[in-house]
Amino acid sequence: MTDLAIELPGLSLKNPIMPASGCFGFGREYSEFYDLSKLGAVIMKAATGSERFGNPTPRVAETASGMLNAIGLQNPGVNKIIESEVPFLSQFDTNIIANIAGSTLEEYEEVARAFNKTDKVHALELNISCPNVKDGGIQFGTNPSMAARVTEAVKKASNLPVYVKLSPNVTDIMQMAKAVEAAGADGLSMINTITGMQIHLPSRRPLIANKTGGLSGPAIKPVAIRMIYEVRQQVNIPIIGMGGIQNAEDVLEFLLAGASAVAVGTANFQNPFICSEIIDELPSVLSNYDFNSVQEAVGKGIIS
Amino acid sequence: MIKKEQMKIVSSRAIAKDTYEMVLENHFISEKAVPGQFLHIQIGTHTLRRPISIANCNKERNEITILFKINGVGTSELATYQAGEFLDVLGPLGNGFKAEDEPQSTILLVGGGIGVPPLYYLGKTLKEKGINIVSILGFQQKENVFYEQQFQGLGETIIVTDNGSYGYKGYVTDVLDQVGLFDCYYSCGPIPMLKALTTKLEGKRGFISLEERMGCGVGACFACVLPTKDGTGYRKICKDGPVFHAEEVTI
Ligand SMILES: Cc1cc2nc3c(=O)[nH]c(=O)nc-3n(C[C@H](O)[C@H](O)[C@H](O)COP(=O)(O)OP(=O)(O)OC[C@H]3O[C@@H](n4cnc5c(N)ncnc54)[C@H](O)[C@@H]3O)c2cc1C
Ligand SMILES: Cc1cc2nc3c(=O)[nH]c(=O)nc-3n(C[C@H](O)[C@H](O)[C@H](O)COP(=O)(O)O)c2cc1C
Ligand code: FES
Repeated sequence: MTDLAIELPGLSLKNPIMPASGCFGFGREYSEFYDLSKLGAVIMKAATGSERFGNPTPRVAETASGMLNAIGLQNPGVNKIIESEVPFLSQFDTNIIANIAGSTLEEYEEVARAFNKTDKVHALELNISCPNVKDGGIQFGTNPSMAARVTEAVKKASNLPVYVKLSPNVTDIMQMAKAVEAAGADGLSMINTITGMQIHLPSRRPLIANKTGGLSGPAIKPVAIRMIYEVRQQVNIPIIGMGGIQNAEDVLEFLLAGASAVAVGTANFQNPFICSEIIDELPSVLSNYDFNSVQEAVGKGIIS
Repeated sequence: MIKKEQMKIVSSRAIAKDTYEMVLENHFISEKAVPGQFLHIQIGTHTLRRPISIANCNKERNEITILFKINGVGTSELATYQAGEFLDVLGPLGNGFKAEDEPQSTILLVGGGIGVPPLYYLGKTLKEKGINIVSILGFQQKENVFYEQQFQGLGETIIVTDNGSYGYKGYVTDVLDQVGLFDCYYSCGPIPMLKALTTKLEGKRGFISLEERMGCGVGACFACVLPTKDGTGYRKICKDGPVFHAEEVTI
């Protein structure tokens, strides 16, 4: 039997597969397709202090091997999420990871504190990397000392393990990773989307109303693999890897690069069953490549 | 309930310039489909599915008809699919026209271009319930006109074209005064048309079907939202819509 289980700070995962933040809502829609108890964890859509309506539409565009999105962190606000979404998700036998975002340090602290009070959330994913909101957010994700400050503040505001979600839109991702590790991060989550743009020929205007959007999907997988590979060698905390995963072979590639678990985002839109199917396929893919467990494959692709 | 289903292509044919009619066979989707709902169709290996309205449904034959216009890479690839091939589809999606919204005697259908398709299944369903149907269909020009005969089978049908190459010259709103009394209108088409129409018919009971670029199609990604008219909230076109009360949302 191939062992899919993996232990991470705060998370006892039955398998390393979880839907990525923003691509699975709060689980309701996809729970109609399969039993969410099958998942290692669910990462919820970003939560902010109060309700956000997000950006104007169009918010998405298709690209070669991927898509751009500029949703703009639309969400009903942390209190509403705790009141009506967390109870729904907690009926499933899986881990709940809350993705938290904000415009100010205080907002991040407020959201972290609120999730800390419920006993149903297992970990926080600190979103310092959303490229789609202008006020704050991204600043925390591109400046190492700001990233360290927000990590420290969120660690103080809650007892939950904190996975800091890194932005690929930086010159030196290793510096960012080291800064948040030193600030007390329990793990890393990488990568968020890469800022891009598409111009609509008939209107001669950027197609996305926000002008720029975040690129996701298979197009960004090589960037994610490279960044995880580099960061794995520089930090000791575990990495949840993501970016363009479409099948179990992709998952193995992320494990080899140094991720201990993975999140699947954009692929849910094409195939609502994708996480479930990957979980079914993973044992045979691991054994095809001579691994008896997920743990055994982590970091095995790194040449020192 | 929504399912991911394989739909067998029964037939595919051009019915107007760049416009195709495709008949698809699937038991689950045809059994569940109500007017106003749509399918989210996987075309080749495209990252995103394409939303296309259900234009007709034959529950005895397990058939769904879609009508689509070539509008880019996905729809032009869809036009190359042949009878006998299968399409991977999520459906039926969205909230269609609700039974409790149904009027008693006469309704007006107003369609613009590729907004015409969902109105056909609606009109057919309402006619079967004994309701009088009047249709106004607007197209760019003569080569774009489709389903005129099918709509005539439902009742009085007025065709308009932008350049007057077929039917009346002008926009759908120009011929509104030619139709008699109606209890309710249903419309689908380009935003400028819907704006003009809802303004002109303000105060009348009406329902509009809207389009937006979509990600998931099931309500999870927040790609397709629009604000409510009272400014206090939002609706997801894919899950709460695509059909809305004309007074409900801001277009
Ligand atoms: C609820 C709904 C019902 C629809 N019903 C029909 C129908 O019955 N017949 C028909 O011909 N068309 C219909 N459309 C429009 C149809 O979805 C687009 O024409 C189609 O997605 C274009 O794809 P493409 O690859 O050819 O264009 P491209 O421009 O190459 O597509 C790029 C991306 O933009 C999206 N996109 C482009 N135009 C539109 C649009 N107008 N609306 C939504 N997404 C768009 C595509 O889905 C794709 O993700 C409907 C749209 C919606 C939202
Ligand atoms: C529509 C959409 C919405 C997203 N929303 C969020 C979000 O709210 N918070 C966040 O941290 N990441 C968000 N992301 C980024 C994803 O979680 C993920 O990091 C990224 O898409 C790469 O993975 P993928 O290629 O598998 O999609 C979003 C991505 C998409 C496509
Ligand atoms: S398309 Fe994802 S919420 Fe509507």
